[in-house]
Amino acid sequence: MGRYIARRLLATVLVLLLVTLISFSIMHMVPGDPAVVMAGVGASADQVQRIREQFGLGAPFLVRLGHWYAGLLRGDLGQSILLGRSVAQAIGERLPATLSLASLAFVLTAGLGIALGTVAAIRPNTWVDHAVMSLAVVGVSVPGFWLGLILIILFSVVVDWLPAGGYVPLAQGAGAWFRALVLPAASLALLQVGLLARITRSTVAETLQEDYVRTARAKGLSTWVVVGRHAFGNATIPVMTVLGISTSLLLSGSVVVETVFSIPGLGRLMATAILARDYPVIQGGLLVTALLFVVINLAVDVLYAWLDPRIRYE
Amino acid sequence: MSDAPTLPRPAAGSRGGRRGLRALAGHRTLLVGVVLCAGIAAAAGLADLIHVQAPGRMRMRDAFAAPGRLYPFGADNLGRDVYSRVVHGARVSLGIGLATVGVAGIAGTGLGCVAGYFRRWDEPVMRAMDALMAFPAILLAVAITAALGPSAVNAVIALAAVYCPRTARIVRASVLVAREMEYVQAVRAIGAGQTRVLLGHVLPNCSTPLLVQLTFVFAYAVLAEAALSFLGMGPPPPTPTWGNVIAEGRDYLREAPWICLFPGIAISVTVLGLNLLGDGLRDLLDPRLSVEGA
Repeated sequence: MGRYIARRLLATVLVLLLVTLISFSIMHMVPGDPAVVMAGVGASADQVQRIREQFGLGAPFLVRLGHWYAGLLRGDLGQSILLGRSVAQAIGERLPATLSLASLAFVLTAGLGIALGTVAAIRPNTWVDHAVMSLAVVGVSVPGFWLGLILIILFSVVVDWLPAGGYVPLAQGAGAWFRALVLPAASLALLQVGLLARITRSTVAETLQEDYVRTARAKGLSTWVVVGRHAFGNATIPVMTVLGISTSLLLSGSVVVETVFSIPGLGRLMATAILARDYPVIQGGLLVTALLFVVINLAVDVLYAWLDPRIRYE
Repeated sequence: MSDAPTLPRPAAGSRGGRRGLRALAGHRTLLVGVVLCAGIAAAAGLADLIHVQAPGRMRMRDAFAAPGRLYPFGADNLGRDVYSRVVHGARVSLGIGLATVGVAGIAGTGLGCVAGYFRRWDEPVMRAMDALMAFPAILLAVAITAALGPSAVNAVIALAAVYCPRTARIVRASVLVAREMEYVQAVRAIGAGQTRVLLGHVLPNCSTPLLVQLTFVFAYAVLAEAALSFLGMGPPPPTPTWGNVIAEGRDYLREAPWICLFPGIAISVTVLGLNLLGDGLRDLLDPRLSVEGA
């Protein structure tokens, strides 16, 4: 197990090296002089020069690359041009909102997806089964930000039940937190539920055909005990795979959904930074999200190996 | 398979029948996909013929007009016809999607072939692809367009960079299988050069998974382009795209929900059509690929 984790860690470090390099290169893809672009329209030559010096844009490429890595080792992602604080600080302030949103969306996805999938497996060809199959197809076809807008029209305009946007930190009350986040979380989760339910359905349906399930039923156990105690175990690995992918997609989707619901998270930080050409924030945000992605993938891989010994000895 | 009679609603017995149904459903999927895609493509191609008025034409008097005879999908805040803008938006979205498929397809196939066929290049190429795939797709595309500047061409570059690794991975996997085939060994034994073996004998055997994958890339690209445009990173405003029409309508959800509603339906129908087409093609061309797993 230790050996497996070590091998995965090594591969991760390699990917991280490339990821940091790509994040760094983004600023250098700007056509023309990045200092002029960053200073904005109508900036004086002095202002451009100040930006060039402040961000070391005059230095040769390798020197700047060295600075970037030296900064990363100290946890320093540079200074934001607009926000008047360090990029790391700006991201730190915004991360709780994004993680709140992603966690709630994850809970909704996992809960609904596994429940619907299990019911569909036990009762094939019922309306639940058909709903699961259609939800899976529709889920990959509808844009999340649009679904968010439709939910706002339905739940904040047509019936005034939920706020159309904004964010309340968990510390200020779980009820208000939930009310603010349930629509954005739902617009992320609804896209993932179908996929998860479909995988759950097919694996649970498959294990229901196994001999040991027949034995369990022959002992006189009820359907739900059989499913809970005997069929779920085998469904864990495929369900985990999809949950890992879903988590990545939830994080990815939150970039746009946060903008729709005006949630002060990492995604909205990036969206505003992009429109304002605040490149250090773009670089930092890109790197931190990729880091989250890589950590999630690593965690999923390690969980696999823990759950299924065959993987450790591949 | 009637050896499991104690199961709740046994799937047994009806198995053969269900397989037949599934085969039929596979073709029905393909059929629905083809119809939806053809419909949207026709709308894009014939935009100038089937629109009600020029997509940029404003008539302030009719601002926020509800969907009706004059404005099938309603009018926006500037009195422009939403239907005409959606129809013309199809052109932009499909154009960007198709261009992305082209660029990502060519680059991905090239990289996948090199990685799969020449052992020496496998590690460096595939690790670079892994690194690109470590970023959230939308975010990387947004960051690249942010650096290059918002335009249709830059959106294609960004989306191609995002979706080329997925294509490369699929091609590499098929090349790895094909290169060990006996007929490839035979061609090599006859004395064919590397290029000839690769292009003439290995690559044609990767075309099925590649075709299926590119259909899905098309679907992802349409979705991602909509998100880019929504964030203001697509082709700039006077050009109607589905994403920027939704972005403009966002401020008028209360007065005129139809501005957001219809372009979103257009995106969903297009992506649904492409997904069904991809699923159908996969079932039809290579049943082995339809094994579930993400």
